[in-house]
Amino acid sequence: MTTLLWGILPYVILVLLIGGLIWRYRYDKFGWTTRSSQLYESKLLRWASPAFHYGILFVLAGHVMGLLIPESWTDKLGVNEHAYHLMSLIGGTAAGVLTVAGIVLLIYRRRTTGPVFLATTRNDKLMYLVLLAAIVLGMVAKLTHASGEGYNYRHTISPWLRSIFTLQPKTELMVGVPVLYQIHVVVGLALIALVPFSRLVHMFSAPLQYLFRPYIVYRSRDTERLTARPERRGWERIGQ
Amino acid sequence: MKVMSQIAMVMNLDKCIGCHTCSVTCKQAWTNRSGVEYVWFNNVETRPGQGYPRRYEDQQRWKGGWELNKRGKLKLKQGGRLKRLAEIFSNPVLPDIKDYYEPWTYDYHKLTNAPLGDDFPVAEPRSLISGKPMKIEWSSNWDDNLGGAPEHGDLDPMVAKVREQAAEKVKFAFEQTFMFYLPRICEHCINPACVASCPSGAMYKRAEDGIVLVDQDSCRGWRQCVTGCPYKKVYFNHRTGKAEKCTLCYPRLEVGLPTVCSETCVGRLRYLGVILYDADQVTRAASAPRETDLYEEQLGIFLDPEDPEVRAAAERDGIPYDWIEAARRSPVHALISKYKVALPLHPEYRTMPMVWYIPPLSPVVDALNETGHDGEEADNLFGAIDTLRIPLEYLAEIFTAGDMRPVRASLEKLAAMRSHMREINLGGTPDGSTAERVGMSAYEIEEMYRLLAVAKYEDRYVIPTAAVGNAQALEESVLPEGCSLDFEGGPGMGGSGPVGEASGRPAPVAVENFHVLADRATADEPADTGRSRVNLLNWDGNGRPEGLFPDREERQ
Ligand code: SF4
Ligand code: SF4
Repeated sequence: MTTLLWGILPYVILVLLIGGLIWRYRYDKFGWTTRSSQLYESKLLRWASPAFHYGILFVLAGHVMGLLIPESWTDKLGVNEHAYHLMSLIGGTAAGVLTVAGIVLLIYRRRTTGPVFLATTRNDKLMYLVLLAAIVLGMVAKLTHASGEGYNYRHTISPWLRSIFTLQPKTELMVGVPVLYQIHVVVGLALIALVPFSRLVHMFSAPLQYLFRPYIVYRSRDTERLTARPERRGWERIGQ
Repeated sequence: MKVMSQIAMVMNLDKCIGCHTCSVTCKQAWTNRSGVEYVWFNNVETRPGQGYPRRYEDQQRWKGGWELNKRGKLKLKQGGRLKRLAEIFSNPVLPDIKDYYEPWTYDYHKLTNAPLGDDFPVAEPRSLISGKPMKIEWSSNWDDNLGGAPEHGDLDPMVAKVREQAAEKVKFAFEQTFMFYLPRICEHCINPACVASCPSGAMYKRAEDGIVLVDQDSCRGWRQCVTGCPYKKVYFNHRTGKAEKCTLCYPRLEVGLPTVCSETCVGRLRYLGVILYDADQVTRAASAPRETDLYEEQLGIFLDPEDPEVRAAAERDGIPYDWIEAARRSPVHALISKYKVALPLHPEYRTMPMVWYIPPLSPVVDALNETGHDGEEADNLFGAIDTLRIPLEYLAEIFTAGDMRPVRASLEKLAAMRSHMREINLGGTPDGSTAERVGMSAYEIEEMYRLLAVAKYEDRYVIPTAAVGNAQALEESVLPEGCSLDFEGGPGMGGSGPVGEASGRPAPVAVENFHVLADRATADEPADTGRSRVNLLNWDGNGRPEGLFPDREERQ
């Protein structure tokens, strides 16, 4: 079980993520969009969407800091465990509350605004479920283990995650981790796997290049497309 | 100097009867899908009126177009790049569906399926957005023909502006009102704010013909372009989550056919042609400090294709020969730069729009006739322009950022044309004095008359094909009947491709329809396409076109 969850699953997820992104980019560029529903309703969205998005960006930054940056580095910077814990508890909780408030409002809006609910696919519903679960479980795990110095995942989960990328998964590190954290990790992995196959994919098209390109874009006519496209053969002749 | 070419349009508002044929045919061609039910790439609004979407001209609210920053540089009115990105999660100035209108259909089946009874069955309106029964309260032309003007008339942002200067000029009492129709499509601007505000870089201006398009594969639905466009001519498809806009019917233009709205226009008032402009001057011209200078500035960047220097520069910059030739014959160039009767729509948005308008004179003539004066006599007409029922101030707010001189000049030219031509029609020989009063020669006036009043098809649309510009595509779009593979046994042979009848490459549908319709209009025999493939849509049920059924012998 340990190997399966902490040694094999992460790689399956990675393959799904990367393979899924490539697949989506090649075969479904047209479907790669935010599918915004602002046209239907904007009063709630006006608050909920920025709250959620900014919240989740902070959460993401927090995860990068906590998981990818080794403790030894922050130690060198003179941040001791207690300070780090406080920072992550307060910052994390603030970002988490913002995110949860945002997503709860967004889901409420989605459910109660007729046109928005009509435009919600099954895929969306699954995505919302996993997303909400991942966020809430993360908050729950963090807050149940908040007393004292809290749970120091930087000795277990973080090195385990980094070991995934070095292709030598140290699955044994995950054994003693509190169950709540374990569940959060698994749901989080599921969420990552969902990204390429749901509307979440729009996170990969964050348009940062906008800051650097000239305002007006020119393109040349696509000469390939000038002629009528050869008609695809819809049938096969049989016999003579 | 960097010469670029652009296909531009001019509409002669004098002739628009507000029939909405252009809107309907455009909708049939481009936006009759779900997700864009509320979208009209071409809409016709009655002015004064709120327009579509409602009050789109109120840029204080919608933040479309460009403005000058403190240093006099162009910047998007909706804010700089960082601000755009920061607001990407929820665009604070996006019109919502109610600002356009909630599209609907009717419960038609109730009409046919209702049980027999004493009451007439009623088809209830149902929202196409929520699927629920709805009350129809607004649409893209709800205030057509000044419907509800006494109540809503003041909501026209331009009326409000005119009132600031001349309160008594705009009245909505029945005997004092005025109106005209303003058909609108995307302006295919030279300095498009929609392109500038697209974070993904999915919107672009085509280098060859200046058409502004959305790349559907790279649009990510950030909806900034909808806000960016001051004319509100980019729309959000709520099904696909992508932006869509008027394409100037580029597949038709590429084969030399006019856009659908132009082709079907009942008033035959649309003109299409090439304009050459100097791309190096665009930014400078668009950042003219005074808004009233923008019309002149934009005129200033247009190049005269008769000038040999311009032609040489155009050739150097890779503009195909027949595009340069088309620019010389361009009706649009003539109306904009030569006769200077066409004016841009809202130059103050600084996007350098490329669909221009000839302001309406007819209401003046009518008003004069009603008062018992001779409405086509030059003196009467000139005098009346200033006391127009459509106040000059109002037209100026729309076409020249409030400067009345160009509007007056344009109307005076139209008035001069009327009285000059009337004299000819009455058998006289005008001495050219009327023409001189507006700074034109009698010859020019008559030329302009041919363009505006006779308005032959081939004079209205001078569209060089993309194919001649790109010689390799020549055979397909220009000579649909000949094919370079048409040798004995070749794949194009006899219209039958390698896999039998109707395989191989078909002629573009637009071209085929065009030829077939031309055939049918001129021949008195049953229409026969004479092509290998019979397009059943074109077959008028008359006779038995060759190729409709396989040959009997062949079937052995
Ligand atoms: S009118 Fe057309 S080209 Fe101009 S800003 Fe709007 S959408 Fe863009
Ligand atoms: S089809 Fe022509 S005349 Fe009719 S509304 Fe459109 S522009 Fe005006």
